[in-house]
Amino acid sequence: MKVLYFAWLKAKTGIGEEAVAVPPGITTVGQLIEHLKTLSPGHASAFETLSAVRVAVNQDYGGLDTPVKPGDEVAFFPPVTGG
Amino acid sequence: MIRVQREDFDPGAELAGFSAGKTSVGGICLFIGLVRDYLGDDPAAAAGTVCAMTLDHYPGMTERQLEAIEAEARRRWPLEDSLVIHRYGRLEPGERIVLVAASSAHRDAAFEACRFLIDWLKTKAPFWKVEHTRDGDVWVDAKESDDAAAARWER
Repeated sequence: MKVLYFAWLKAKTGIGEEAVAVPPGITTVGQLIEHLKTLSPGHASAFETLSAVRVAVNQDYGGLDTPVKPGDEVAFFPPVTGG
Repeated sequence: MIRVQREDFDPGAELAGFSAGKTSVGGICLFIGLVRDYLGDDPAAAAGTVCAMTLDHYPGMTERQLEAIEAEARRRWPLEDSLVIHRYGRLEPGERIVLVAASSAHRDAAFEACRFLIDWLKTKAPFWKVEHTRDGDVWVDAKESDDAAAARWER
């Protein structure tokens, strides 16, 4: 699974993109987040306030209940500020 | 038509080319967003505070979301043409960030679609701004007023 981080999440994890070997049993975004938090203190810090985090799975907006599977592209970022 | 690019654009050239030769077009509406040099809403309070801004984006999803926003505009209004150009990278106060344009037989559709395009892209297009100020870098927060502006287009 490819995981991407943008804006201050990227600053906190220190990573823009990583390939994550997802343990079996992780089938939703919420479960993926719990796993990612264990990868480093920076990861834990990035996901400390979930209300400030948005997610896209395969480039479509999702939520904590959105299903994820190996081969998916999952991105985490703050609410957008374009325009 | 959607363009996501680092380079500046020429509004005059874009306008001249937009819907060129289409005599079915009665009205064109165009909006340009620019970088201001102050944080918040009071220019007098902190003039010159923002030295520059950097826009990050999510390549692939950016184009996908902008195409979806444009498709929704064309579904709701009878448009002849629509155009969204959005820049990314380092921009300085006064620089252009975004252009949205819509053309139609009559002005109502052109005005409304133009407003819709900018309101929706501000809450759905995956860009993030960081302002470089005299006191350091500040990530720009999404504004409730932008969510409210997008919400009034909900159907």
